[in-house]
Amino acid sequence: MKVHVDQDRCEGHGRCYATAPAVFAPDDIGNGHALGDGTVEAEHERRARLAVANCPELAISIDEPATTGDAR
Amino acid sequence: MGDHAPVTDWATDFDHTDDVWAADPYAIWSQLRETCPVAHTTRYGGAWLPTSYDDIASIAYDTERFTSRSVVMSEFRPPHALAPEGIAPPISSDPPFHKGSRRLLLPIFSPQAIDKLEPSTRAYCEELIDQMRGREIVDAAAEYAQHIPVRVIANMLGLPEADADRFRGFVNHVLEGVSLPLEKRAAGMMKLFEYLMVHIDDHIANPRDDLISFLLGSERDGEKLDPFQVVRTIALLLIAGIDTTWSAIGASLWHLAGNPADRERLVAERDLMPLAMEEFLRAYAPVTMARLVREDMDWNGCPMKAEEWVLLPFPAANRDPAAFADPDTVVIDREVNRHAAFGLGIHRCAGSHLARMELRVALEAWLDAFPSFELADPEAVRWSGGQVRGPRVLPVRVMSQP
Repeated sequence: MKVHVDQDRCEGHGRCYATAPAVFAPDDIGNGHALGDGTVEAEHERRARLAVANCPELAISIDEPATTGDAR
Repeated sequence: MGDHAPVTDWATDFDHTDDVWAADPYAIWSQLRETCPVAHTTRYGGAWLPTSYDDIASIAYDTERFTSRSVVMSEFRPPHALAPEGIAPPISSDPPFHKGSRRLLLPIFSPQAIDKLEPSTRAYCEELIDQMRGREIVDAAAEYAQHIPVRVIANMLGLPEADADRFRGFVNHVLEGVSLPLEKRAAGMMKLFEYLMVHIDDHIANPRDDLISFLLGSERDGEKLDPFQVVRTIALLLIAGIDTTWSAIGASLWHLAGNPADRERLVAERDLMPLAMEEFLRAYAPVTMARLVREDMDWNGCPMKAEEWVLLPFPAANRDPAAFADPDTVVIDREVNRHAAFGLGIHRCAGSHLARMELRVALEAWLDAFPSFELADPEAVRWSGGQVRGPRVLPVRVMSQP
């Protein structure tokens, strides 16, 4: 799966990089960004989903590969 | 508190400074949510009170129809002439001015910048704890929680720590003096600005490595900030940074003092601290914000008039059963917790990373020193009313580690 933080919605609460530091990191104003191209290693998927569930601005989207489509 | 008549009907005559609200606002919000989800009062020149997560969020996001010209509800409405920056930018600013003024502050309050303040914050917490050791009963709010944010913000801004009592006086006036007559309230604000101007003038003459000098050297749209904008932003940081964090630390300690199972579990499983902290922030969110209605309108069936207030009780949003499972139960390992303690939208608390660091360090240092403590006298606990809620008197019995 891949994650993406919508920078128009992100307000820098920091819940994503606190919840899933292997997947998200802050920039210089505290906004969250997906690391690399947003691809999430299998071992970090649970934390990545929790980050999505905890974002107060609903700014994070998940892209599931069509082949492994059982979302949750 | 204040001189207001006691509230008899919360749906049509609410008052957030009433003693009943200070003691237990959750019962009021919960009943309103079921019977009259947007309450009204004619006090303060007219005000509305949404109580559901969705309504609170939708108003927080609607910066077109609700202005942040003032975010503290009282009889006093700041002059329109202060727009677009307002009395204390960026919290009092609306788009588009808001963004640039907030952008200046965000790097100073980024997680990376705040990390550097952790060692000094911890040392200060330990200093406060050392002064309490050897005693059976201490006041966790007055002797511990309240001092931490004052020291941290004074050092950050570049104001003398020795003026801590004066800061608390200014803050108390702004946040709790909302029932004062207009002239008295304005006079109190002037004292704060006069105090800050003396220090800003001194920083202009003798720049140093702190936030006042940083802002004085900052530019906006290619022009240096003028000292009057700097003083208003410094006033904001002082007011927003003290009672709020004091309340969050105090409320968390109050919970742990009264809930031994949670305290024992947190002491045994320190890895739970991040989840426990977010849960305390959800369940005991200290801050309610305010907006002013820009123009007469019908808002979801509510006939809102221009210049009426709208309170945004984020603590009520955090207790809405439509948004949180079992909202009135504190679950210290709650994993899904999309709370709004630091607000929603463009005015998300700029100091939230600082507040979280202070809360975590304060709780860790306390639990290291006092893994076992309890409420010494539950009846003696006193909570502040108004827009920032937290324990102001919190006697606890502590059992020091040898």
